[in-house]
Amino acid sequence: MSETEQTTVDVAAPTNGDGEEAHRTSVPIPIARLSDPHLQDAARYPERVERIAAVAMVLGTIAVAGFGVAYWQNANPWILGATFGAGLLLLGFGLTTWGKYLMPQGPFVEERHPLASTPAERDAMSAALVQRSGIVVKRRRMLGGLLATGLGVFGIVALFPLLRSLGPVPGDTLTKTNWKKGSRLVDSNGRPIKVNELEVGGIQTVFPEGNAYTEEGQAVDQTVLIRVGTSAIVTMPGRETWAPAGYVAYSKVCTHAGCPVGLYEQQLQLLVCPCHQSMFDVTNGAVPKFGPAPRPLPQLPLQITSDGYLVAQAGYDQPVGPGYWERNSG
Amino acid sequence: MSTSETTSGHSQTAVTDGHAASGSNGKARTKREQKAALGPYGRTGKIVGELDDRLGIAKGGRTFLDKVFPDHWSFMLGEIALYSFVILLATGVFLTLYYVPSQTMVIYHGSYAPLRGQRMSEAYLSSVNLSFAVRAGLLMRQMHHWAADIFIGAMVVHMARIFFTGAFRKPRELNWTIGVTLLTLGIIEGFLGYSLPDDLVSGTGIRIADSIILSIPIVGSYLSFFLFGGPFPGHIIIERFYIIHVLIIPAIIAGMVGAHLGLLVRQKHTQFRGHGRSETNVVGSPMFPTFMAKTTGFLFMTAGVTGILGGLVQINPIWQFGPYEPDKISYAVQPDWYMGWLDGALRIMPSWETAIWGHTIPWEIFLPAIVFPGLIFGVCYMWPGLERKFTGDNELHNLLDRPRDRPKRTAAGAAMLAFLFTLFAASSTDVLANFFHISLNEVLWFFRIAIFVVPVIAGLVTWRICIEMQHASGIGKRKRAVIVSRSETGEYTTTPAPGRVDADVVELDAAPVPVLIDMDSAPEPEPVGAGADGEGAGAGVRRVTR
Ligand code: HEM
Ligand code: FES
Repeated sequence: MSETEQTTVDVAAPTNGDGEEAHRTSVPIPIARLSDPHLQDAARYPERVERIAAVAMVLGTIAVAGFGVAYWQNANPWILGATFGAGLLLLGFGLTTWGKYLMPQGPFVEERHPLASTPAERDAMSAALVQRSGIVVKRRRMLGGLLATGLGVFGIVALFPLLRSLGPVPGDTLTKTNWKKGSRLVDSNGRPIKVNELEVGGIQTVFPEGNAYTEEGQAVDQTVLIRVGTSAIVTMPGRETWAPAGYVAYSKVCTHAGCPVGLYEQQLQLLVCPCHQSMFDVTNGAVPKFGPAPRPLPQLPLQITSDGYLVAQAGYDQPVGPGYWERNSG
Repeated sequence: MSTSETTSGHSQTAVTDGHAASGSNGKARTKREQKAALGPYGRTGKIVGELDDRLGIAKGGRTFLDKVFPDHWSFMLGEIALYSFVILLATGVFLTLYYVPSQTMVIYHGSYAPLRGQRMSEAYLSSVNLSFAVRAGLLMRQMHHWAADIFIGAMVVHMARIFFTGAFRKPRELNWTIGVTLLTLGIIEGFLGYSLPDDLVSGTGIRIADSIILSIPIVGSYLSFFLFGGPFPGHIIIERFYIIHVLIIPAIIAGMVGAHLGLLVRQKHTQFRGHGRSETNVVGSPMFPTFMAKTTGFLFMTAGVTGILGGLVQINPIWQFGPYEPDKISYAVQPDWYMGWLDGALRIMPSWETAIWGHTIPWEIFLPAIVFPGLIFGVCYMWPGLERKFTGDNELHNLLDRPRDRPKRTAAGAAMLAFLFTLFAASSTDVLANFFHISLNEVLWFFRIAIFVVPVIAGLVTWRICIEMQHASGIGKRKRAVIVSRSETGEYTTTPAPGRVDADVVELDAAPVPVLIDMDSAPEPEPVGAGADGEGAGAGVRRVTR
């Protein structure tokens, strides 16, 4: 009901406001008539305000000059920021004060004329649009169709190479990593990992040999190698041989939004993603235990070579990282 | 009739000119004569005349000088946004002089010891150099970043003011739409800029952005490959972000700001109700000189505050995060504040994913990061239309609402803000869990419930407060000093306090009736001439005092 009250006021306002008559009578205020009350200072104490503005401007000028000196001397950012900031702040304060208290405040009125045109003018415009386009289109329907077709084709043609040449189509790129049967696990310096490398409870980020330095390799191949110890591992069906000597390896790319799952909570045997706190059970196939990640981290089947190096039995059996439309999750 | 005046003015000038010309044949002219030759308005008059001959600026120009700006503080919020944008342009141009948008890998040999010998992109290296090796570089980088945060913050608060006072109503829906677009562009622009230094934190942000694009059904992987020029991270993303950040979006923003202000001039300001104010006028102070002085001063002050923040308050210390390496992660992953609500939404979303017929729909990302912000901005875009529809109010509105007079709208706005704020808080689930020593699970469920409950409570409470305020008497009236006295019988009475008496107080008309700036006639020449010549304009204005 308050809304109705409000509307009433709206409607009533133009007829009964006393300011209304005032501006109808249109008191001329030539800027010249300095005694007009509307041209008076807004300040109660103009002298004092003027003094304040003056002091601010003087100090501001000093500070700005100080900024110049500081810049010349290559001073540290604190001094640069303080002189620059204080200078502009003071000058601005002086100017604003001047404007707010010592310049004509009015209140002045500006009349608001309706933006809308007369009904006749509106009709004239509509008529011109309707009639003329009618003449053009109705008489030459075929030409219009041809033009539209041509422009449509051009639009598609223009869009296609533009988008297409921005990058390759995905194809099956997203399903692949550089891990293959027999890839040696290397650290970020390219050094192969031997079976006695980690203590139980140790963790290491590994890459397939040859891809440790490439950004692409780092982005998709990154894998965490954790030695959880044989007794702790819950073997999932089909993965009986994947964790020799108590080692497990999971893709380090979070299945939520792709952050590196970098935090290993050894006590709880959880891999934690710092981005949105997804937690994966290290001993049990990296099944998500908490957070927004929808899928386990893919596991890399491991093997130990006769000379004691850790290698992949095969690549990942599914795409790593976050979900996308073409991902076949079965 | 103004034409005839102009003509007479012209002929007058012509006569004087002729006189001066003949004078200059022989003896040198005195200063006074030279001045007289220029006509009553001196050099300014001459310039106006020359410009008007060619461009016809005088009439519109005068109207523009007289344009009235309402004197309410809340009209300043948009100015903060505008001036922060100006500062972003200025500092941004400085940054482009030194920043190198390249992902080519190089080794750092600069002055910051902890990073020496490390492999990093040229983008990161040049950002570190901007911070340590370029004179005033760190100041500019930090000012740019602070200005970005202030820019977006000011737009949000400005938008809230427009919303709660109903300034978006007919005829201003289009300007509301432009405003919402500006906010969207600002947020995107901020994200792109944040990504440019290619440090560990921002790189992780790009990785998440890629996952968000990938989550879009059917076209996601294509969009991602087209944007990154192949699989993440590719070699081109920083270059592309750079050109979008320094050219494309700023140009669009600048154009839209122009349209925003153009509409403002065409439709004129809204104003609150008050003495002499109606739907058919605007009351306030004039563009020139009052508003111009205030607002220019305000530009300087905004720049000053940004300078102080940029110099004294560290922001985004990229040298501490290290360069981006796809397999590394910083534990202090913190987006800028305006991305916090999306991060919160990503965190508290349940892990729903549909896998069907060989396809995957990652709802756990697609809903919170694409659909949800789409809905929020969609509601913003549609609000003026929705309100028109539901209230059936199709009138033109130039007078603003007091928020309390529109309890439903105010409650809806409060609920929306509460909702977004709760999501923002949810972006720190881990910090909150650590701080209060409770389990992450409890914090998560708290927020999952809170995002539904908190907005409802906020809306209801706001609605109630609005109703109460409507019924409180005398609210919103200016307070006057009173003297409270107690009679012998213990009754209290109040009498208005007398004004302060002071020697140099200028007695002002308590509330002068607003007057029209007379636009049809030129003022009497002589007294203005004194001002226009710059001789003691200030003294002239203060004359009223003895
Ligand atoms: C709407 C406006 C803008 C916003 C919100 C914005 C925001 C940002 C942000 C947040 C950063 C990261 C700063 C940091 O390193 O901490 C940034 C960086 C940068 N911006 Fe902008 N910016 C805007 C306009 C511009 C313009 C107009 C230019 C240039 C003409 C520009 C040039 C740059 C450059 C070169 C960098 C990288 C410098 C570096 O961090 O090393 N920006 N921007
Ligand atoms: S990216 Fe790992 S939880 Fe979101």
